[in-house]
Amino acid sequence: MEMLNVKVNGIAVSVPKGATILEAARAAGVEIPTLCYMKEKNEIGACRICVVEATGARGLVTACVYPVTEGMEIKTNTPKVRAARKTTLELILSTHNKNCLSCVRSTNCELQKLCYEYGVDSTAFGGFKPVYQLDTTTPHLVRDNNKCILCRRCVAACQEQFVSVIGANNRGIDTCIGQAYNLSLAETPCISCGQCTAVCPTGALVEKDDTDKVWEALADTSKHVIVQTAPSIRATLGECFDMPIGTNVEGKMVAALRRLGFEKVFDTNTAADFTIVEEATELLDRVKNGGALPLITSCSPGWVKFCEYYYPEMLPHLSSCKSPQQMGGALIKTYYADKMGWDPKDVFVVSIMPCTAKKFEVGRDDMSAAGEGIADVDVALTTRELSRMIQRAGIKFTALPDEDFDPAFGVDTGAAVIFGATGGVMEAALRTANDVLTGKDNKEIDFKEVRGTAGIKEAEYNIAGIPVRVAVASGTANAKIIMDKIKSGEANYTFVEIMGCPGGCVNGGGQPIQPQYVRDTVDLKAERAKALYAQDEAMAVRKSHQNPIVKEVYDNYYKGGYGCHAAHHALHTSYVAREKYGK
Amino acid sequence: MLKKMSNLPFNGTKEQEEKLLAVIAENKHDKSRLMAVMQEAQGIYGYLPLEVQKIIADGMEVSLEKVYGVATFYAQFSLAPQGQYHISVCLGTACYVKGAGLLYDKLQELLGIGSDECTPDRKFSLTACRCIGACGLAPVLTVNEEVYGRLTENDVEGILAKCV
Amino acid sequence: MKSVKELQSAKAAALKKVVLRKGQAVLDKNVTSDYKYTVLICGGTGCTSSHSPEIVAKLNSEIAKAGIEKDVQVIMTGCFGLCALGPIMIVYPEGCFYSMVNIDEIPQIVTEHLVGGKPVTSLLYNETVCDDGTIKPLNDTDFYKKQIRVALRNCGVIDPEDIDEYYAVDGYAALAKCLTEYKPEDVIKVITDSGLRGRGGGGFPTGRKWALTAPNKADQKYVVCNADEGDPGAFMDRSVLEGDPHCVIEAMAIAGYAIGATKGYVYVRAEYPIAVNRLQKAIDDARKAGILGKNIFGTGFEFDVEIRLGAGAFVCGEETALMTSIEGNRGEPRPRPPYPAVKGLYNRPTVENNVETFANIPQIILNGADWFAGMGTEKSKGTKVFALGGKIKHTGLVEIPMGTTLREIIDEIGGGIPNGKKFKAAQTGGPSGGCIPASLIDTAVDYDNLISLGCMMGSGGLIVMDEDTCMVDMAKFFLEFTVDESCGKCTPCRVGTRRLLEILEKITSGKGTLADIDKLEALCIYIKENSLCGLGQTAPNPVLSTLKFFRDEYIAHVVDKVCPAGVCKGLTNFVIDKDKCIGCGKCAKNCPVDAISKTDYVAEGHKLPSYSIDKNKCIKCGACLSGCKFGAISKK
Repeated sequence: MEMLNVKVNGIAVSVPKGATILEAARAAGVEIPTLCYMKEKNEIGACRICVVEATGARGLVTACVYPVTEGMEIKTNTPKVRAARKTTLELILSTHNKNCLSCVRSTNCELQKLCYEYGVDSTAFGGFKPVYQLDTTTPHLVRDNNKCILCRRCVAACQEQFVSVIGANNRGIDTCIGQAYNLSLAETPCISCGQCTAVCPTGALVEKDDTDKVWEALADTSKHVIVQTAPSIRATLGECFDMPIGTNVEGKMVAALRRLGFEKVFDTNTAADFTIVEEATELLDRVKNGGALPLITSCSPGWVKFCEYYYPEMLPHLSSCKSPQQMGGALIKTYYADKMGWDPKDVFVVSIMPCTAKKFEVGRDDMSAAGEGIADVDVALTTRELSRMIQRAGIKFTALPDEDFDPAFGVDTGAAVIFGATGGVMEAALRTANDVLTGKDNKEIDFKEVRGTAGIKEAEYNIAGIPVRVAVASGTANAKIIMDKIKSGEANYTFVEIMGCPGGCVNGGGQPIQPQYVRDTVDLKAERAKALYAQDEAMAVRKSHQNPIVKEVYDNYYKGGYGCHAAHHALHTSYVAREKYGK
Repeated sequence: MLKKMSNLPFNGTKEQEEKLLAVIAENKHDKSRLMAVMQEAQGIYGYLPLEVQKIIADGMEVSLEKVYGVATFYAQFSLAPQGQYHISVCLGTACYVKGAGLLYDKLQELLGIGSDECTPDRKFSLTACRCIGACGLAPVLTVNEEVYGRLTENDVEGILAKCV
Repeated sequence: MKSVKELQSAKAAALKKVVLRKGQAVLDKNVTSDYKYTVLICGGTGCTSSHSPEIVAKLNSEIAKAGIEKDVQVIMTGCFGLCALGPIMIVYPEGCFYSMVNIDEIPQIVTEHLVGGKPVTSLLYNETVCDDGTIKPLNDTDFYKKQIRVALRNCGVIDPEDIDEYYAVDGYAALAKCLTEYKPEDVIKVITDSGLRGRGGGGFPTGRKWALTAPNKADQKYVVCNADEGDPGAFMDRSVLEGDPHCVIEAMAIAGYAIGATKGYVYVRAEYPIAVNRLQKAIDDARKAGILGKNIFGTGFEFDVEIRLGAGAFVCGEETALMTSIEGNRGEPRPRPPYPAVKGLYNRPTVENNVETFANIPQIILNGADWFAGMGTEKSKGTKVFALGGKIKHTGLVEIPMGTTLREIIDEIGGGIPNGKKFKAAQTGGPSGGCIPASLIDTAVDYDNLISLGCMMGSGGLIVMDEDTCMVDMAKFFLEFTVDESCGKCTPCRVGTRRLLEILEKITSGKGTLADIDKLEALCIYIKENSLCGLGQTAPNPVLSTLKFFRDEYIAHVVDKVCPAGVCKGLTNFVIDKDKCIGCGKCAKNCPVDAISKTDYVAEGHKLPSYSIDKNKCIKCGACLSGCKFGAISKK
């Protein structure tokens, strides 16, 4: 590769031809601020905060998109550069509502951080400022254009998901990010994945905060408030408390939840094991009895909604299994309530999820195993909301001891842990299917072909003489590719795992906010997934069907095998074809 | 630039839709012809209501938001229909102090429409404009190209009657 | 056209169509016309809106009535340039120039001139009629004599809708020459040597642009013609497309050959229907003739052109925004580099030039680089088309050699400032440009001189301003335009230009301070250096340039609270000169707010008492001033 030699603030560095000034600076250990830039996703040079001086270029240039040339000398911190950046920030603030004190992103806002660093005068410019209504119409997020800086990172994220329900409308000072015809977000085919909230540098796009409902329930002595946590939370929650990315904080997380006052702290992993045995059974049934193949996973509510809007004709392919969150809630309000002698109406289930679409999922129809009007899950909180509850409760997270989940739904398997990463559900299902079909307790259980952060992974296995062609996709744009292949007959898969968010749940829309420079330079998906695979590796039981709780429930509660009538009633659901933009 | 949307019910005909679908069929192989399709659609319907943008989005296989983003970027595209008689009331200072505001209110009352709207029969549309330089005739309004000056509220009905 | 020979015979056959106009001396003395007269009527947008099509219809019917259809060839051409005198009609072989033709005058012209053989001198443009009654050739008039028409050479001369007429004036000969005699690199060398620079604004050397694009390999390359002329008051490109559409097609094909592109797009404003229709007809005719398509002139070269219509966004004149728009998106510019030469339309190598640039190409190929480089100044070769407008007698289109002084343009070609007013400044480059003050009227107009003054050539709008123009107000006018047209993508332009406008509004309404002027200037420099595209980078120019040459006017607005030109309403007072006022009371009747009332002062020699204006009630609409026939009201 041809290398170019440049100097950044006098530091010599050699970068590949085609590298931008920003990349050269990062290689030299010099940070240049960015707002609109997202590596490979949003290289539009719009915000102008990254301007620098460079030899051979006229005036200031935008570091994020300007390629370096041999011998270029770059200066990132001159009076001219600092003054320009300051004015840019002051102009942005002149159209911003500056409600930092009541903003959920305060102290975690890229704009606020830069304003502090550059010592801006927030009143430098007055004048016309468009005023926008909040969009609170969806269950999963709140859009506040009064805080929007028009960096368009959300637009890129939405486009990356092949959803594109938000985009830039109007022009000039009236330019705003919004939906077609100013429809509310709820009226659009938004899939609730929340990727936009994860990339927004400010508080213009935030998850809908449901913590008050949880605080209220916790204060209600008549309620049994039970919490369950998704596989990926333990791999990410630490980031909210400045711990290194990829730290597994399962023990501290459980301790924190207990200190918040939850009566029982359960692991959604246990429910994930139920998902696997039900889904593997469904797969085998379809293979044997000629059901719709490929079978496609339905754990990801963002993906399910995508399928309902964009591929309604493919809904018969979706597994009818509820997602682990919903199975967890269903089991708690049926089996566990029964066991404890509780009225399911008095049980309040909170789930901690990496996902904003889970907020939508809890309100779906056909999600009431314990009876009409009793939701399987009452509130789904994102990782970010949980971290705020911990902070508000005055819990010193990093100083907490490690504690174990409560029994009953505290025992899980390695198979369930890896649900949090793309390919994890597939691998878990294959482990079980392999054992079921061969009738053995197989020792070779790593299906490494389906691991890794690639958007699309394909593999073919031979299980007990049956060829099983699998595909794993994460991110709905990749899902679209797979779906088109299935529809056209180009691919002939047996089983397909799809996760709505790129990289799976570890990169879900409800996960901790990482500033863009981290997202650009660290492979979040891979680092967070590592924690999960390490835990899987270390576990004694790594196959779902070997989870003793699974055995206990089927043997003693359902009194039937996997997929029996009782299990089907509680653990399966149905889907609806949705029309984009209504009729 | 902000565009006023129409709250009139969509009254597109089958023929119009067929025409538009034919235009889409001719152009859908090349997504870059989206603007050309929108221009033709505006020619067919006179404006680009939500219903028409939906047909275009589905036909051209692009998101509705993309169509809308393009429609609100270019001055030529209109989100509201214009009436056969387009009435523009000057609300420059001179006209305003001479009661142009009253004229405007009266017109809204008589036509039953608001600012930048069109009557359901698509006969009249109403807008306010900046000074047209006819301060000596204040207050003034224009109907299409024709200028009416030195008006009072009572003249408004007559002007409308003259159109019909 | 399967061969160059075919083109040559097409030309020979077409010569007689144009011989009356061009003259045997120019063409071929053996060619004779089938007609006694050729009547050219301007069908450009200007003359069309003053009803030239009706004049053509009337003319045809009168000619039929007189039974001389066989003797008279009536042709609707593109723009002649002297738009102020439209509708325009020229009769050959004499070259009589009928100006501001009225439909009622047609019978007389037909009877006396076309039948009787005697030009109706009373209806001719007065400058063309000498004292002795002889008729002066049009090219000797003040308006035309300093002009050299290269880009406009066929405008107002040929029928733009007749490909034969284009053949007759050497049309497509340059393309044939390139395809048969030159290698692509030779073509680029000729263009480079000619010194031609982009006529759309920046003045980037055209040959260099082509040379940068040619070596880049790709499955497809593109030639794009920028016809999205959007500066208020500029209509050069429109006139070329309306008057000589084939020359643009020919030049695009030449560019395609030079850089290895087979596909061209012309991006035209939808607001130019006449240009679009004529260009479409030209494309269709060229396709039919085999000049577009595969295997052109039997050389194996392939090229085709497609029109894309803009939809009303000024920013699409910026080259990357234009490409984004052709691709079917919001016309938002993209950062450069990568330049279009590397990643242009659909991310493929692309050459984009504007209409006027292309219009020069065939002539350069036919006459050689030296011929073109022989015109103009050291670094600005050839000619430039300007749209003259504002406070000038001869508004219209002129093409002059680079280096012509502003004085020549305004005083000689433009006929000076009307109403005996004083020249104050000229504005070039529209909303991206700046002004040249009267003290610099001897500036030779070329790219580099204009840039050194803080102006720019722009596409060629040249607005003349007299003493009644407020320079602050003028800057505000252009800023209003830019703010309306900002695409909204980058912060400096989206928010910054709006803030600039707000400061200007504050100043023109009398609420400004000296600190505001400093803030204005600092913000201008910031926007210039930080904006994403040319629109934003040049948006502050009208302000910076007026601050440079007319800072005193800004200071007058903020310190003395006076608008010296009496334009800014917030700073203007209308007063009645009590000694001039005859007391007719018309002003009081005109006043929309009853601010004018009778006094008890009767001036000497007048019978009625004079009137006066109550400053507190006055809304400064100016209705009194425009209605006073006695010059008694003025702005102070």
